[in-house]
Amino acid sequence: MKTDDLVILLANDVEPVERHAVGRRYVIAIGLGAAAAAALLVGLLGVRPDLAEAARLPMFWVKLAFVASLAGASLAVTLRLGRPGVRLHWAPTALALPVLAMWGLGGVELAEASSVERAALVFGTSWKSCPGLIATLSIPVFIAALWAMRGLAPTHLPLAGAASGLLAGAVGALVYCLHCSELGAPFLGIWYLIGMLIPAGVGGLLGTRLLRW
Amino acid sequence: MTHEGRADHVEIELRESFLRGRDGDSAAYQGLLEVLTAHLRAYFKRRLTAMPDEVEDLVQETLLAIHNKRHTYQASQPFTAWVYAIGKYKLIDLFRRRAVREQRTDSIDLLAEGAAELFSTADSDAAEARRDLHKLLAQLPDRQRLPIVHTKLEGLSVAEAARATGMSESAVKVGVHRGLKALAALIRGET
Repeated sequence: MKTDDLVILLANDVEPVERHAVGRRYVIAIGLGAAAAAALLVGLLGVRPDLAEAARLPMFWVKLAFVASLAGASLAVTLRLGRPGVRLHWAPTALALPVLAMWGLGGVELAEASSVERAALVFGTSWKSCPGLIATLSIPVFIAALWAMRGLAPTHLPLAGAASGLLAGAVGALVYCLHCSELGAPFLGIWYLIGMLIPAGVGGLLGTRLLRW
Repeated sequence: MTHEGRADHVEIELRESFLRGRDGDSAAYQGLLEVLTAHLRAYFKRRLTAMPDEVEDLVQETLLAIHNKRHTYQASQPFTAWVYAIGKYKLIDLFRRRAVREQRTDSIDLLAEGAAELFSTADSDAAEARRDLHKLLAQLPDRQRLPIVHTKLEGLSVAEAARATGMSESAVKVGVHRGLKALAALIRGET
């Protein structure tokens, strides 16, 4: 086929593009992925029974805000990486801020704690299982986020895979908050972060293979 | 007109045609794709001096990508940078397939310069494409191939194509959409 003929083929009777196609794709992906993660949480771990009491503690909301802001920032980075020729601008900074804030808070908590309490702030009671559980809960969103990214046009494939993985990790961590009772800032700044970085790393490694277009 | 003034002019004009085309204006869209073809051809010819046979195939692959990914353009971003990023991605993808180590002369920070370079030259001297899209089209299943052949090559309306194939009108539209994506996947698969 000659290129001129291809141009005519593409332009002939061209279908109008629906508006907000990208946004809708991500709403569906994150919605379904989060619902599947919640089902996984209920089936595997159960919702913590004292959730209503925990919701009265300010730190519970700080923890939610930490995870939710990471989810929002990683979604912003993901959407930018999915559009050719769009710069990242402030998006990586938005990703770094919640982490730095949590580390700052963790530093204050550790400085004020006695040496006996410090280990409890860092390790809590669940440091061994926390990252793996967050990574497990991120699997549905991970699959959905990569599906959504395949509908966009990423030009930096490992980065786009990593951002999609981080988005999955943050949504997985958000769901995990329904089960987990840890509230120490050092714990959250270390183990939650590692849990979210596992799918990000996997996404970075798989990006080139899975996201080519 | 100054060089920068000309670049702005190109940006505004192409963006306008693209947005009209994206809303379903075939004539504006065809005009745009013709202009992009000439710019992409000149750009790829310069970058593929060692593989001149690949130029026309890559132009066609990039046009198909621009079409299939047209929903990813955001009206707030420069259109020429969007096109350049797709063209450059397709070029790097070709190098990756051919296992040629790309000379990284530019990064994402040089979008404006790259776009300016892409749109500074045009080449209307089409070589014969080596890959025949007709043959790839023939490999598509009927529910994708027939809608493309009827509405795109024979110029039937969606309603006429629906009558000719016995498909519903929405199935014809979906068939065209999926078929063009499948065509892009076939191109990737064969190289």
